[in-house]
Amino acid sequence: MAYDVIVIGGGPAGLSAAVNVRARGRSVLVVSNPLEENPLWKAEQIDNYLGLPGLSGAELLTRFRSHAEQSGAEFREGRVLNALYAEPDWYVSIGSDVESAKAIVLSGGVARARKFPGEAEFLGRGVSYCATCDGMLYRNRAVIVAGYSESAKKEAEFLRSIGCDVTYFDRPRHCEILGSSKVERVICDGQTVETSCLFLLRPALAPTDVFPEMAVENGYVKVDRSMATNLPGVFAAGDCTGAPLQVSSAAGEGLVAGQSAAKYAAALARKQ
Amino acid sequence: MALQHLTESTFDAAISAAPLALVDFWATWCGPCKIVGPVVEKLANDYDGRALVGKVEADSETALSERYGIFSIPTLIFFKNGAEIERKVGVVPEAALREILDANL
Repeated sequence: MAYDVIVIGGGPAGLSAAVNVRARGRSVLVVSNPLEENPLWKAEQIDNYLGLPGLSGAELLTRFRSHAEQSGAEFREGRVLNALYAEPDWYVSIGSDVESAKAIVLSGGVARARKFPGEAEFLGRGVSYCATCDGMLYRNRAVIVAGYSESAKKEAEFLRSIGCDVTYFDRPRHCEILGSSKVERVICDGQTVETSCLFLLRPALAPTDVFPEMAVENGYVKVDRSMATNLPGVFAAGDCTGAPLQVSSAAGEGLVAGQSAAKYAAALARKQ
Repeated sequence: MALQHLTESTFDAAISAAPLALVDFWATWCGPCKIVGPVVEKLANDYDGRALVGKVEADSETALSERYGIFSIPTLIFFKNGAEIERKVGVVPEAALREILDANL
């Protein structure tokens, strides 16, 4: 199914973008992890969100989500792993599915984790970011899952259900991936396991993992005043664009990005 | 249809007969493959007569997948005169694939 806009990340910025895409009468799909996995969920009290002092992060997120749902935004639980531009559309993969849109709003938050030694070298040769995508290749074999969220545990269960022998590491601080032409063993937090496959399941991928040609600076996405990135039809909002990492600014940037994305999609629709 | 579906029995003959070939190892359950698939079909049509463009279903063609060390899907392998010259794993832009094909025509 084709959407006008796909929003990557369902925190304050993404939800605000979705509301504003809908306000312009355009269709929007928000791809997100469960709300409880958003870092904001754990904030005890936010006192600087205009008009709503004293609420917890969870309360704010719940209100934001409800607003976006009521506006008619569609939601899909999962992570976007790949994006490809086939003018004039963008195609994104979400697990085993693909969706397309005229415009994208990237609001995936800050992907803080630095890559582990061997991770980049062995990506595609034994290191994978997606259990549902690559799991079938390792049916009935021993695999390692390094999981950094509750969703990761579900992906580990999927792997077990297709016959993989899963060794699960819960949020390991440090892993090292070793081998020659392919992965042969992995050391996570001091424990060595012989394996040909490591699934590294972080909550989100860094912007340049999904969009290799995206312009970033110090790990943050570069945007102009309309929240446009250097890629055609791709806008960004919220923590991923940099400081201040605040709910208010995320919502504001989300509004601008949503409006810009809707305008871009509308212009393309008129051309066709 | 220019795109060829290759199997264990047809692979070797097809690849050795083609001066230049691109093979897409894919699977039905693979999300990113659904993005790359249409691009590969387009290349098959555009390079018809100049390069062989084929697909191998990695899940059913396990012998071929093992022979070529397929650990992640999609994997796109380029062959020149029957020998592997380059491979790309994952979603790769169309322009990057054309660059490799054009450089080896």
